[in-house]
Amino acid sequence: MWRLTVVLLLLQCLFTARVQADEVYYRVVVAEAYMEMHSGAGRGYPVFHVVDRGDEVEVIKRRTDWFLVRTSRGKEGWVSRHEMQLTLTPGGEKTMFADAAIGDFSRRRWEAGVLAGDFDGADMITVYGAYAMTQNFSAELSVSQVFGDFSDAIVGRISLLAQPFPEWRLSPFFSLGGGLIYTDPNVTLVEESDRTDQIASAGAGIRMYLTRRFILRAEYKNNVIFQDKNDNQEIDEWKAGFAFFF
Amino acid sequence: MESRLRIFLLKSVSLLILTGLFSGCSLLRVDDAPYDDSEPVIQPTLERRTVSEADIDSEDFEATVFAGVMSIEDFGSNVVYGARLAYHITEDFFTEASVGRTEADETSFETLSGGAQILSDSQRELTYYNISLGYNLLPGEAFIGKGHAYNSALYVIAGVGNTEFADDSHFTINVGAGYRFLLTDWVALHVDFRDHIFDSDLLGNDKTTHNLEATGGISLFF
Repeated sequence: MWRLTVVLLLLQCLFTARVQADEVYYRVVVAEAYMEMHSGAGRGYPVFHVVDRGDEVEVIKRRTDWFLVRTSRGKEGWVSRHEMQLTLTPGGEKTMFADAAIGDFSRRRWEAGVLAGDFDGADMITVYGAYAMTQNFSAELSVSQVFGDFSDAIVGRISLLAQPFPEWRLSPFFSLGGGLIYTDPNVTLVEESDRTDQIASAGAGIRMYLTRRFILRAEYKNNVIFQDKNDNQEIDEWKAGFAFFF
Repeated sequence: MESRLRIFLLKSVSLLILTGLFSGCSLLRVDDAPYDDSEPVIQPTLERRTVSEADIDSEDFEATVFAGVMSIEDFGSNVVYGARLAYHITEDFFTEASVGRTEADETSFETLSGGAQILSDSQRELTYYNISLGYNLLPGEAFIGKGHAYNSALYVIAGVGNTEFADDSHFTINVGAGYRFLLTDWVALHVDFRDHIFDSDLLGNDKTTHNLEATGGISLFF
């Protein structure tokens, strides 16, 4: 038991050096009767200290919706964003610790997510990142991996998305894109070599704003693969997943 | 007499240099923050008032290195190692991208038969990547002895990914649970148990394989 304690304490000492560095932090003044400091960055962690009205604290860092603050006496603890919103700046102005809300969803700039689904009967995973140029239009870069019975594939695509109703919680979108598909046949089954083809996609889908920074997303795409042979291959693609914005 | 004169001269010269330096400094200072009578006197404090949350250091990312044991169904257990990158979206949810690598041992058939080999050496390498969503199910504090409390969390996690094994890609679902033990605000220890589930036809029939993994890791928040 004491060995574990020693090991943990040594590890802790190893990593606390950085905290002692003198840095200049933002300061806020408690404006309500008191501000509660929790022992951890979560609602369930016990309140171990309160800061009185008028006292100034330093804001050291933020993790999700919790702020690590330090009192003038050197006590450190976590304060919820909700309580931070009730503080003032040393100048007496209201502080702005805004929550990500549905308004931020419509005004989001960056979005990243992961989707899983079906690509012509094969399993598919997609990772994507998107940048919104306006509230209605965004550019998206996605990479998908397809796991088929006879071949595997990697698809890289760039798409333009139009979102006619950005302020809706359930917001539909339309997409148009193109890219490359690299197909790697399973050698044990098919006597065919690897190949890279062009792919074009058109689709529609829906984003649902869940809470904070979360989005659920589902979409359908119709793809055309331009093969060397004269017949183009048409492929249906269904997928759903989650995303977050920042 | 001459030396006194020299001292006097030296003094005056050094005085001149010093005043020059000081005026230079004050000039520099004026350059840095030009003082203008037309500006309101309160101006310098204005900058402090706009406490924008963007200026506060946010530590929502967590990078982990891990090592442990992974069992590949029918192919024994071996050392696995890898890295993870997590983004904490809320106090409850986080997403995590993970990569890992291990090697397959021999199947019991290969061992018993003596020389027969199902896979070549390069085919025995297993690498995986996945993207998962985690939920901090039981956040809490752990106590060691009388005077030490550490924050911790038991989380559940599930996701999708790819497993490269025996020259083939396998769509893989992973489910598991882990324990995060925070040594400080920005360093944590992890214990993780995962089941990587994928279909394989390596030994003839198509079957769903469960590949269990137990790892320990250390992570940094940034």
